[in-house]
Amino acid sequence: MTFHILLALSDGERHGYAIIQDVAARTDGAVKISAGTLYRSVQRMQEQGLIEESRRRPAPDEDDERRRYYALTEFGTAVARAEARRLTQLVKLARASGFATGKA
Amino acid sequence: MRLYRLLLRFYPASFRHEYGEEMVRLFEERRRHASAVERVQLWIEAIGDAASAAPRVHVDILRQDLRYTVRALTRTPGFAVAAIIVMALGIGATTAVFSIADRVLLRPLPYSDPERLVRVWENAPGYPQMEPSPANYRDWTQMTGSFEQLEAHTVYAVNMLHSQPERVAGIALTWQLLPMLGVQPALGRLFTADEGRLGGPDAVILSDRLWRRSFNADPSVIGQSVRLDDTACTIVGVMPPDFYFPDRETDLWAPLTMGPGWFVDRDNAALRVVGRLKPGVTLDGARAEMNSVMAALEKAYPKENAQTRATVRLLGDQVSWQSRLLIRILTGASICLLLIACTNLASLLLTRFAARRRELTVRAALGAGRERLTRQLLTESLTLSVAGGAAGVVFAFFATPLLARLVPTTLPVPDATALDLRVLLFAAAVTIATGVAFGVLPAWRISRAAQSVSLREHARGDVGGRERLRSALVAAQITASILLLISAGLLMRALGNVQSIDPGFDARGVLTLRTALPTDRYSTTAARGQFYERVLHEIRALPGVKAAAYASFTPMIMRGGIWAVEMPGLTPNDSDPHSVSLRFLTSGYFDALGIPLKRGRDLSDSDTFDSPFVAVVSESFAKRYWPKGDAIGQRFTVSFFERTIVGIAGDVHVRGLESLSEPQVYVPYRQIRDGWMPFYTPKDLLIRTTGDPLALAPSVRRIVRNVDPELPVSDVQTMEDVVTRETAPRRTQTAVLGLFAVMAILLAGIGLHGLLSFGVSQRRQEIGVRLALGAPRSSVLRMVLREGAVLAAIGGIAGLCLSYAAGRTFESLLAGVRPADPVTYSIAIAVALLMTLSGSLIPALRALRVDPVKALRAE
Repeated sequence: MTFHILLALSDGERHGYAIIQDVAARTDGAVKISAGTLYRSVQRMQEQGLIEESRRRPAPDEDDERRRYYALTEFGTAVARAEARRLTQLVKLARASGFATGKA
Repeated sequence: MRLYRLLLRFYPASFRHEYGEEMVRLFEERRRHASAVERVQLWIEAIGDAASAAPRVHVDILRQDLRYTVRALTRTPGFAVAAIIVMALGIGATTAVFSIADRVLLRPLPYSDPERLVRVWENAPGYPQMEPSPANYRDWTQMTGSFEQLEAHTVYAVNMLHSQPERVAGIALTWQLLPMLGVQPALGRLFTADEGRLGGPDAVILSDRLWRRSFNADPSVIGQSVRLDDTACTIVGVMPPDFYFPDRETDLWAPLTMGPGWFVDRDNAALRVVGRLKPGVTLDGARAEMNSVMAALEKAYPKENAQTRATVRLLGDQVSWQSRLLIRILTGASICLLLIACTNLASLLLTRFAARRRELTVRAALGAGRERLTRQLLTESLTLSVAGGAAGVVFAFFATPLLARLVPTTLPVPDATALDLRVLLFAAAVTIATGVAFGVLPAWRISRAAQSVSLREHARGDVGGRERLRSALVAAQITASILLLISAGLLMRALGNVQSIDPGFDARGVLTLRTALPTDRYSTTAARGQFYERVLHEIRALPGVKAAAYASFTPMIMRGGIWAVEMPGLTPNDSDPHSVSLRFLTSGYFDALGIPLKRGRDLSDSDTFDSPFVAVVSESFAKRYWPKGDAIGQRFTVSFFERTIVGIAGDVHVRGLESLSEPQVYVPYRQIRDGWMPFYTPKDLLIRTTGDPLALAPSVRRIVRNVDPELPVSDVQTMEDVVTRETAPRRTQTAVLGLFAVMAILLAGIGLHGLLSFGVSQRRQEIGVRLALGAPRSSVLRMVLREGAVLAAIGGIAGLCLSYAAGRTFESLLAGVRPADPVTYSIAIAVALLMTLSGSLIPALRALRVDPVKALRAE
């Protein structure tokens, strides 16, 4: 879940609904995040310092007073990179062993 | 939308506050794009979401708070250990006392429908709980309609001959009594109607204890035969280990069959009666019916049932008022101690939170809501109380056996009380309740203060109020500890009073034991006389033995054995029922027990059935009937014969140190017809020696075995132990109460010290300014000491008043000590002063050492 949210925020800050939609789009609807789960994760990730509430706002016409935007922190970006590296490493190993298709 | 907001209520307030609007917004957006069917789906999703995510958010916060708590506590291990010990003492003491109180006062008896089981007695003048005669009992069963069953039992102590002779305390009961209790045997079966019939087969049921002790827990004993008082009986059953009836001393049950001879004498107080009320019949209803039945029986038998009515009480309602009061006092004391522990914890938490005010204020400023702070602080207090509670249960586990003496032997419950689920649940409830109750108050105050106060360094917004609260807590601790101190003191003085009561005999150096003579072989006085003479002759020849005698019963072991005397020209009445403690004796009894013979002579071996009938009476007996003249030479009738008084002995506390005893009458064992009054046959041996009484036991056993190898020697003990046992519950209670009082006074002292130290550290600057302005140091000292003294005075005066009120409620236990006993009060006041002084001293000295320059520089 954390990784999905990190990916959703990779191209810039988003608000809650946008995160849900982005995750659904990236996974072709396979991962649906409910509101409660999303904000529980958001709270935890804020506490862990992975994301922060963004101070910058989009253009005024798109903005909504009530909306909160979240963005990756530097730490969050680093964690996302590390996690991606770890996963790539795993996939490489899987391929080498013949369990996964693709270039070894 | 309102509905969705309602759903959000399941989330913690802080979370809702932070993300609630976002979630509402999100939900709105989705709903706007949804069709009717999708909307239903959306709602189902939302409900499911709240159900699964909300608890998780709660857990997230709890986990975070716990992590934070553990970190905070490990940073200040001294505080954590102190708080946990304080709570462990409070919860442990309460739990241990509860486990006893629960057994003795609360828990229903371990029989089926115990609230319908009753005991029925005759209520005769001076004896509200008299055993009924078999004839009256038989009439009751026929004349009453309140009872489903009315069953009877009587003492059946027998010599059991199995691997070796053994004296066994048993009960003979009507065969339907055990089914009435709703119990099942662990092995075999209960009695049959055939076994309950007169002349039926002789059967016996063993207790689990006896089965393990004397039959090696062998299941094949069922159907085997065992010799009881020269009769072969078949073992038909073994009861489960947790079964007791009528008390926990009983090891054997046999059917009670009453021959025609049982019903001849209506004065033959022989039976104990238990009944089961019919459903719907009240205790009062049964009482009314029993009284009218007894009134009818009085008309029919005016002499034997004169002025006699009935007493009906619940079977569970048989704990003496003394036991009740002892345990109630202990319960009160343990609650006091728990309160002190709790206020101490609250006080510790207040200090701690106050010291962390800045940190908390920072958190509040960073957006942690009040709910979030309260939650955090509550988590801390609960963590401490749960750790304390766990330690307290361990403490209670070891402490409870020490309290077992407070469980009266008359109760059909085990004395070794284990900590069972009920008690553990109680401990858990107390733990949670104290953790919440005494954590909420400080948490609420501090979180409010943290929120309202800005980050300004010296904002003191709520300090005044908090100090007042802490002061009140400390004063309450002093009150409770003085209450405990004085109660313990009063009961200690009462114990001293009881222990200094002269039992009427000299217990030092006296051995007592029982050799019960089976009625068949020893049915004649002559046969018994031979036995007594041989045994006593050999015992008296043992080195160190100064005197030895046989008697019907030993004082304080057997408290009954009451018989009515007939005084020439007097009729019994309420104030003087003419009842005496009657004992049949061999010669030497007064020497053996060290009872002073005030006048006249001892009973002698030459007082036989053919010589003039004589008696020795106690001083109180002589004074009652011959207040002016000389009782020696006077005549009265007891145990079927007119007798002449030949001696007057000192009074003995037959019924125990604290009970009123009937006057005593002693008659020679030979002056009774063969077969009459077998209950009074001498069977207790009393030996006075110059050495250790118990060292004599093996020689005595050998002598008895030589005279009759089949006779068991039982109940071997010293008279000193017998007398000491009289005060055992009191000593246990006093010791526990004393311990509570010491802990309470220590805790109160620590509380006071904590409060004053905190005050001094908070006011360093103020003190510094004062000193800089030229105030003498003594004025600073006075300021700190005065604060301590004021608190001690307020708490102390309240404590003294409460103590007096408490003392009045248990005045009946005080054995003559007045509830306002000046000695106890002076000592308590002195201890309280000492506590106040030592609690204030260190903070006062610290205040003295304040360096004005440093204190002001810190500004």
